[in-house]
Amino acid sequence: MAEMTLVEAIRRAMDEEMARDERVFIVGEDVGKRGGVFRATLGLYEKYGPERVVDSPLAEASIVGVGIGAALYGLRPICEIQFADFIFPAFNQIVSEAARMCYRSNGEWTVPLVIRAPYGGGIGGGLYHSQSVEAFFAHVPGLKVVIPSNPYDAKGLLKAAVRDPDPVLFLEPKKGYRLLRGEVPEEDYVVPIGPAHISRPGRDISLFTYGMMHYYALQAAEMVAAEGIEVEVVDLRTLAPVDRTTILESVRRTGKALIVHEDNLTGGYGAEVAATIAEGAFEFLDAPVRRLCGPDVPGVPFSHPLQDWFMPNAQKIADALRALAAY
Amino acid sequence: MVKKEYLDLYYQMVVIRRLEERAAELYQQGKIGGFLHLYIGQEAVSTGIISVRRPEDRVITAYRDHGVAINCGVSAKEVMAELLGKATGCSKGKGGSMHLADVTKNFWGGHAIVGAHLPIAAGLALGDVYQNQKAVTICMFGDGATNIGFFHEALNLSKVWNLPVLWVCENNKYGMGTAVERASAVPEIALKADAYGMKRDQVDGMDVMKVRQVAARMIEEIRAGGGPQFLEVFTYRFRGHSMGDPERYRTPDEVRKWQQDDPIGIYHNYLLEHNIATEDELQKTIREAEEEVEEAVRFAEASPEPAPEDLFKHVYVSETC
Ligand SMILES: Cc1ncc(C[n+]2csc(CCOP(=O)(O)OP(=O)(O)O)c2C)c(N)n1
Ligand SMILES: [Mg+2]
Repeated sequence: MAEMTLVEAIRRAMDEEMARDERVFIVGEDVGKRGGVFRATLGLYEKYGPERVVDSPLAEASIVGVGIGAALYGLRPICEIQFADFIFPAFNQIVSEAARMCYRSNGEWTVPLVIRAPYGGGIGGGLYHSQSVEAFFAHVPGLKVVIPSNPYDAKGLLKAAVRDPDPVLFLEPKKGYRLLRGEVPEEDYVVPIGPAHISRPGRDISLFTYGMMHYYALQAAEMVAAEGIEVEVVDLRTLAPVDRTTILESVRRTGKALIVHEDNLTGGYGAEVAATIAEGAFEFLDAPVRRLCGPDVPGVPFSHPLQDWFMPNAQKIADALRALAAY
Repeated sequence: MVKKEYLDLYYQMVVIRRLEERAAELYQQGKIGGFLHLYIGQEAVSTGIISVRRPEDRVITAYRDHGVAINCGVSAKEVMAELLGKATGCSKGKGGSMHLADVTKNFWGGHAIVGAHLPIAAGLALGDVYQNQKAVTICMFGDGATNIGFFHEALNLSKVWNLPVLWVCENNKYGMGTAVERASAVPEIALKADAYGMKRDQVDGMDVMKVRQVAARMIEEIRAGGGPQFLEVFTYRFRGHSMGDPERYRTPDEVRKWQQDDPIGIYHNYLLEHNIATEDELQKTIREAEEEVEEAVRFAEASPEPAPEDLFKHVYVSETC
């Protein structure tokens, strides 16, 4: 085991999958010599050459589009979208093409494609380099949506995504690329797509979250533990397909639920979790389900204080936990 | 052109250069966060083009927008304050470096989704046609932007509808770390205009007078109803794509070679050789430009941060929505 950062674990996963399976290749903007803007593909061009680490023109619709075509052909492309904010030119390819192929062909055509995209704020990126985009995509049947919260899961989930026969959108919390560190085994392992993970057991409140917010959720849980509030932190890890069983079992134990995400509130992923709880654990609830999310504004502003006010953090989560505990 | 106009172009170019050098320092001191894309080396492009626009002509550009903002008449103070994310910035701190804008100066902003502003430029020009206005929309973008679909859709449509747009491609040889010939099937970007039957030209972007001359002709032809035109400007960014770019895709030698063609140096010599200004006058202009930038830094640093409630303002036109 070695301690590594989130971005190192992601790089390791791609490296191992490329070594294991010749069909795996990477395509994206400046993923080659430059190793990607966040250095996620650093060294892979040198190791696997320009045929397998392909610099593309600035053309997101086609980065994903050629990925779909190559996946239909039987290859295993990993498409990198440089920032999740730039994924929308490829929205049609992802939603209307990748996600629908299997269904329209009655299972004959498969799209074993991975689309990696760094998402989220907190790095001063401003209005067009900070967005969380998961809600748009978690809505789409036929597409899997995965968001790791730590290096161990990142490596295992990304390897699972590469091996998955369906298209997977793999969203990476870019603020955590170097901030999130942890032990990662050298050997081959996968973390299956689907199951959520209880990263901290507790009996008073269930806290559902994923990605970067998981980091702050654990901090908040620690803060309120000192006050006698025992929080169970559930890292969803996969938003589609979602692990409803783990969500419901947790709420049935605790009777209270807080959902935290950085994406804005309305129509956000938290609404799906809340609805799941309302439908499946209504009689176990001791309090209304609460959501702590990014505010309903169209983008994360640039100015430091405005960005701070936008972002959920440990303090805000702890306050929400206290209020829920007191209910 | 009268002497004052010549000197004013020089002044603008020096303000842009100095403002960005100071911005780079402030970035390194952690006073500017996020991403900062410098225009250093490309000053003659926007200075030349915008010097021949009329007040009713619109300008819209990509995220490398500090120079364009200054040329459009946004004050160094408001630009610097925006870079620091202050409430007094031209986008009230919401935008930062990549999203400067001031519609009162007919500057329709920097845009960070590459290529996305091209169809918008066509729409602005459509407005002028619709309202029988004789204005031209000047749309600037990089070489990398010519590879995304938006570019091709917008050029095609602008020609089909005969829209008054001057499409300006700033070919600085690279889109981030990717050289033009590695990303564009046709490395001579102006040829892309041929696919849309569009009149085109190319110009040396290190020479402000040449840029100005070509742009003036094209803008007036467009204004006369001749339809959109395409200008490829050969230029070079002396700095990395953004702060912190390791620049593994080009050699220091290549950069040095281009730096010998410094647009400010070329214009400086032009003014001396044509006896338009003396060395003393140019030095005085430089000092004035530097003073304006220092004043802008003082102003920006002393300016207040946006208030928390600003986060929720302007989501819709009506605040009570
Ligand atoms: C749709 C989209 N894809 C990718 C990016 C990331 N990106 C920002 S600038 C850039 C290169 C653009 O190059 P060019 O158009 O030549 O402009 P230059 O930086 O040279 O001024 C890339 C890939 C983006 N901002 N938007
Ligand atoms: Mg370029």
